[in-house]
Formats: sequence, C-alpha cells, structure tokens
Amino acid sequence: MSEDLKQLLIDYVKREYLEEDSEEEIDESTPLISSGIVDSFSMVSLKTFVEKKFNIKIPDEKATTEAFDSVNNIIKLLKEFNVS
Amino acid sequence: MVYSSKAKEFYQGELNSIHKAGTFKEERYIESPQAANIKVEYPAGSPPKEVLNFCANNYLGLSSHPEVVKAAHEGLDHRGYGMSSVRFICGTQDIHDELEKRLTEFLGTEATVLFASCMDANAGVFDVVLDKEDAMIADRLVHASIVDGMKLCKAQLYNYKHSNMEHLEEKLKETQDCRFRMIITDGVFSMDGDIAKLDRIVELGKKYDAIVMVDDSHATGFLGKTGRGTHEYCGVFGEIDIITTTLGKALGGASGGCVSGRKEIVDLCRQRARPYLFSNTVPPVIIAAANKVLELISNTTDRRDKLEQSTKYFREKMTAAGFDIPEGEHPIVPIMLYNAKLAQDMARDLYGEGIYAIGFSFPVVPKGQARIRVQISAAHEKEHLDKAIAAFTKIGEKYKILGKKKKEIIDMYGY
Repeated sequence: MSEDLKQLLIDYVKREYLEEDSEEEIDESTPLISSGIVDSFSMVSLKTFVEKKFNIKIPDEKATTEAFDSVNNIIKLLKEFNVS
Repeated sequence: MVYSSKAKEFYQGELNSIHKAGTFKEERYIESPQAANIKVEYPAGSPPKEVLNFCANNYLGLSSHPEVVKAAHEGLDHRGYGMSSVRFICGTQDIHDELEKRLTEFLGTEATVLFASCMDANAGVFDVVLDKEDAMIADRLVHASIVDGMKLCKAQLYNYKHSNMEHLEEKLKETQDCRFRMIITDGVFSMDGDIAKLDRIVELGKKYDAIVMVDDSHATGFLGKTGRGTHEYCGVFGEIDIITTTLGKALGGASGGCVSGRKEIVDLCRQRARPYLFSNTVPPVIIAAANKVLELISNTTDRRDKLEQSTKYFREKMTAAGFDIPEGEHPIVPIMLYNAKLAQDMARDLYGEGIYAIGFSFPVVPKGQARIRVQISAAHEKEHLDKAIAAFTKIGEKYKILGKKKKEIIDMYGY
C-alpha cells in the first residue's frame, strides 16, 4: 500500500468532512459512511476528488457506500483502476 | 394477484428490517381539523385523545382558519373540484394566474410557476436550468427533495460543509471552469431550525458569478419582518435567482409548491420541467384558499408577529427549565437529547401528558444528534405553551436531564 496515497486520502477526509475544532481521529480503517462521518450525499465529494486527482471515472456500480467506507476500501477500489 | 412468494418474501423481509432498525414510520389517525388542539386515535383502535399539537408545519395557524376554509368553499362553488388536465392543455384558470402573481409580489421575484408540491418543484428545476457542463454546489444538509432533484440533473454535483462559507468558496473556486454554477441551500434547515447565511451566499454568488437557489419552505410566510422569508430576514430580499417553496406549511398547509425567481427560468420551467408538464393542475379549491392566505398575510403581520413572540417565549422558558436547546429564533425548536431511545421514550411520555411532539434520530438526523423537534404555531395560545413547558419539565425531571449539557446526557444515556 502506498503511504503517500493513504495520507493523501486521510488528509482529504479530515479537511473535507471534519470541522476544524473536531477531535475525531481518522486512520485508514476508520469507518466513514457506516459511522456517519460521511453521509451518502456527501460521499460525492470524495468520489469527485479521487476521479479528478487520478483522472479516472468510477462507474456508479463500483461507487458503492461500501467501497468508500474507509480509506483502506478506497485504496482497494483505486487498485482496480491501477492507482496505488 | 400475480407476483410469486419469492417477491412477497423479499418485500416482507425489507419491512421486517425497517422494524428491526427501529425506523418504521407509523401513521396516527387525527379525527379533527389540523389545529393547536387535535383529537388523535393512537394506537389505532384506541378512543380519540385530545392533545396539543407541537409537530405540525402549521406555522401561521392558517390550516383551518375560518376565512381560509370559507375561501376554499367559494373556490369549490365557483371553479369546481378538479380540472382533469395538466396546466398547458386546459388546466389553467384565472385564479391560478392570480396566485402566481400574488406569490411573485410576496416573494419579491420576477415570476412564479406552481407545481403540485415543492418536492415536484425541486425535482424539476435543476434539470431545466443546468446541464453536464455546469455544477451544483449544495449545502450538505439540504432537504431530501433537493438531493433527489439534483440526481435527476446531469450537472456535476458538489457539496459544502453545512453553512460553512469558507468551504463553499473553496468549491466555487474549484468549479471555475464550469459554464454555470448554482449555489443550492435550504433557507431554514428543517431539523435544527437554523437559518442559512443568505447574505454571504448572495455575496459569494456575485463574486463568482453563480446562480443562487433557495428552498424556503420553512420560512415563507413568517421569517423576516413582513414574513417574506429567509431573504428578507438576511437583508437580500429581491436578490435570489430561484426560490422554491410550498403552500403545504405556513401558507394554509394543504399542498402545492412553486418555483419563483428570474423570469426566463420560470418560463423555461413551464416549457421543460417534467413534474410540471406531467402532473395535474393544483385543484381550484387549494388555489382559491391560497389566494386568501396571501391576501391575509400581505395585509397584516399579526400572525407572524405572534409566532415570533411565542417562539421567543417558548425558547426562553424551556432553556431556563434546563433543556439543551441550540440558540436560534425559528419556531422549529430542537430539544437535544443525543440518544435515540431517550428521544423516543420522552416523546411517548409527553404524549401521555397530552403533548404531541416527535423524537427524531439517525438516519433522519446525524448519529448521536437525537432530539425531540418542537414546532411552534401562531395557533398556540400562551396556555398551550405553558402546558407544554410544564409537561416537558415533568418528563425532563423523570429522566434527570434538566440542566445537563451534551456530554452529561451522553454519559448518562450513551449515543
């Protein structure tokens, strides 16, 4: 697993979804959607971010809430698009 | 009946899982007109119980107002029951045109088109105005009807942290390459009763050349000094490009909604908005009554003034009693309890005391944000408010939460 990719995603999730004064800790296995940190509507930002960043298009059937439920899951998804 | 046991078992399984999750919505039968005092048969089959209603969107108390009911009767007598048509075939009466003009004037826009509901207005408007080279930038807590409307539109979807203007500005910068950008927000957010920063949103809209769209369903008729809505409250009356709102809350509470705003957008909705084109006309009886509502609230601010005073009174007394209530001015008053079971138990006990208010928990509100949502109405008299405050205090004492803040309540009951 690329450490850079992991950190990039963790940083984005913190910046995009947590308030500045939040004490919540996020690591690669923290549940994002099932925990309520990211709701299904807000998930679109995360999908757009990785699509733009890596110039890929994730089809709807692969952009499931499960696939985006943790940084680890997203890394697994990105591998299918040869991003690591 | 055609479908097989396989399908039946699947659907029953879905229902069972909703029950298991504790999110099954039961309907209570009300055996009286909508009002501050209602008779409710609950559970089904029980004798009707008289309760004070603190969960209706009847903000101005006009749902059963005698003059509104009379106007509805007159509409029925003079313009009939149904139109048996969509608007553009043979479904537009003089009173529809009158109501659209009244709404335009009241909302301070250029034109208005009626829809069967605000849900329909939100389902139709984005697809009319935006295409795939455009961007929709929405507050993360917008109403579900907006989320669904955006899904029906090909434009790229972005969202920003709730009411966070710095984050909105980041998204506006990020989408500079798009042809058009639309900033999308509720005027008032229905679960917390907090008010969008429309003055800042308009400022950002101008700075980045974006369209501003507001769903003002929980504000039209009473927010702002003359009740025009969130734009009046925030000092940007006449500056919003698109307002969607409802006749189903403060404005008589029957049904119907509209898109009101820039003339070319409203005209395009008449030509292209699919829920408008393919839904029946809003029936004459509702139109006639809504015209009376607009007349009443344009002539006097008495009802919204009473609502404002009652809201202030209720918020102050409940806060003094020791409930955890976020600061605000809106008649939606969230009594924060954080724990879902506590919210359900307290709402049940309040009902036993004759106070009808609803507990909300995840997924309707974020996890750990369970609350009872109280809605004040101009139909409430001081004795109604006092009875509710006394009942809340009694139940609050029972659960030992008075004077306790978030952390202490969570320590006692958990998330």
